[in-house]
Amino acid sequence: MKNKGISAIFRNQIFIPLAALLLLAVFNLVADPEFFKITLGYNAAGNPVLSGYLMTILDYGSELAILAVGMTFVTAASGGQDISVGAAIAIAGSVILRVLCGRDSRPETLRTSFLVAFLVACVVAALFGAFNGLLVSVFKIQPMVATLILFTAGRSVAAWINNNELPIISDPRFAYYGGFIPGIPVPTPFFIAIAVVIVTFLLLKFTNLGLYIQAVGINQKSSRLNGLNPTAIKFLAFVLLGLCVAVAGLIKVSRLSTINYSVIAKDIEMDAILAVALGGNALGGGKFNMTASILGAYVIQFLTTTLYKFNVQSDALPAYKAIVVILLVVFSAPTVREWFKNVWKKIVPAKTAKEVA
Amino acid sequence: MSKNNTQAAEKKSFIQKIFSMTDSNLLFMITITVFVLMYAGAVIFQGKGFLKPQTFFNILNTNAALIILSCGLSLVMITGGIDISVGGVTALVSMCCAVHLDYKGGSVGGAILIALCIGIAFGLVQGYLVAYLDIQPFIVTLAGMFFARGMTTIVNSAPFNVANEQFMKLKDTRITVPGMGSYNKKGIYVNAYVEIGVIVALLIVILMFIMLKWTKLGRQFYAVGGNPQSALMLGINVRFTRFMSQFLCGVLAGIGGFVYFLHVGSGSASHASGAEMNAIASSIIGGTMLTGGVGNIGGTLFGVLALSTIQNIVSSAGLDQAWWTGITIAAMLCIFLVIQSVVVSRKKKALSN
Repeated sequence: MKNKGISAIFRNQIFIPLAALLLLAVFNLVADPEFFKITLGYNAAGNPVLSGYLMTILDYGSELAILAVGMTFVTAASGGQDISVGAAIAIAGSVILRVLCGRDSRPETLRTSFLVAFLVACVVAALFGAFNGLLVSVFKIQPMVATLILFTAGRSVAAWINNNELPIISDPRFAYYGGFIPGIPVPTPFFIAIAVVIVTFLLLKFTNLGLYIQAVGINQKSSRLNGLNPTAIKFLAFVLLGLCVAVAGLIKVSRLSTINYSVIAKDIEMDAILAVALGGNALGGGKFNMTASILGAYVIQFLTTTLYKFNVQSDALPAYKAIVVILLVVFSAPTVREWFKNVWKKIVPAKTAKEVA
Repeated sequence: MSKNNTQAAEKKSFIQKIFSMTDSNLLFMITITVFVLMYAGAVIFQGKGFLKPQTFFNILNTNAALIILSCGLSLVMITGGIDISVGGVTALVSMCCAVHLDYKGGSVGGAILIALCIGIAFGLVQGYLVAYLDIQPFIVTLAGMFFARGMTTIVNSAPFNVANEQFMKLKDTRITVPGMGSYNKKGIYVNAYVEIGVIVALLIVILMFIMLKWTKLGRQFYAVGGNPQSALMLGINVRFTRFMSQFLCGVLAGIGGFVYFLHVGSGSASHASGAEMNAIASSIIGGTMLTGGVGNIGGTLFGVLALSTIQNIVSSAGLDQAWWTGITIAAMLCIFLVIQSVVVSRKKKALSN
């Protein structure tokens, strides 16, 4: 009876990110307990601000969690990943600045409200998502190769939108989305992430979207025979990712109040894919667990922050993360799992035989 | 009357010929046509610069490494896989060689050995993971790309130029092409030249062409890429074939990395950024199909040439802002991917009829 309970925990998808989180937490606790210290200070504007490594994780992990939501949909529906999210974030951010500033790169007054700029960015990002979706669903190109097009062109398009200028927004209210709202010491991206997650769960709870996406991901032919439209569902998944990208783009440009086309959201596609993989979701499509993906995103940020704390250069980070990815995919590969099962079987019967004797 | 009829019949047979071509040949023809049209267009609209043989040889000089990388990618893509780590490997190779030559006082031979070893190591690991552990090649090589880029920074974070004498001698070696020179503005005859990298690249193109066309392994690549299950039933060792394609691509990335290093003569973490993208684009433009089983090394060579010609056109047309290159390559890639998709669906329809 007890054994059954334990194996159920092991089999639960959420076990993988939780175990990784625990491992990282214990590691940091042993290495330096200061890691968990949170201090209440005041920022330059005199507003109360919580700071500390955990707050950094909460802050930067949130934009990753938003992307992980969209990436989970795309992965589950199409069986591939979108590698253009970083470039698409650059486009969305560039659009926001273009709408707010117009042709003037140092505007005294902003052209429109933040909401209008954000909505325009949403439409543009959704359109680029639709472009990817079109290539994948209608032209049946492998998702990763199809998104490679936007991956190359995206940052160029972003620079072209603003005529290669770097507009700066001086209005302090614009910085609220990626920083702190006066009087609230918790970083705003966290609240935005919560809002996105709530919308996602409502969507999954009250519509059949989740079921349809899984059905298409597991077997496209049989889902079509059951009256679903796989082309439309895949297309929809990419559009949803586009919307998530727009939200992440808002947070990214708000952090700096400006944009750097070649650096903004660099390598974030790797982190987003990693979050989905760490959540135990099959990268080949099919079933997915949204909670695990979101938790996975925060675990990835935990790892990044830990590496930063040990003075790893930001350019060298990918090397360490790549090792984590390889370990993850190796241990989740069916051949390796089978091998472990066989080894386990060899050990377990030996034990029971001894007990009987 | 009868003459007209025969002419019509000939025309029809010509069109039929085009449509009854194998996919490999059809896509190859499209590539060559596009390249010739593009170069002719460049000569007509951009003035005489493109008429000089040296312009053409310069395209070869700057893209020798890309030709080698694209050959590797064509092998992998024909077998139905993909490798996006080649750009990262190139950067890693050039950085390691630069450090070896300048900081450790090593020899050029040692540098070549290092380049080969890095290529072989990447090929072995990625090939094993893809073929024997059944992991998606894209994920494996994505990790490989990030690993290589990260490692480049760990080896040395600051970019620097190599000053090793022995190496500079090799770098500046120019092989004159007889009869292709031209007179410059002062009326002095200037010989046309190519760099050593171009010779290496062309040798590799010929070797790979022979390998794909006439050796057992080459034919196995096509068979596995076309349909792994029927290849298995024919008694082909599918796993080993996929391993070999990924392995060869890694080795070629190592060689390509050294040729790249020979051309630029410096080490930097941002070297060859986007090279994997250009290599994939060249292969696709050259008629290699992503779905596997279709491709041609000759086409790949023309793919690289077409891609770099369009880059030259873009920059000589005054659109030298950096973003135009990215946009044009992506646009070309997009068009060719759609052409492929149409070809595949047309073939499927023909089969079902």
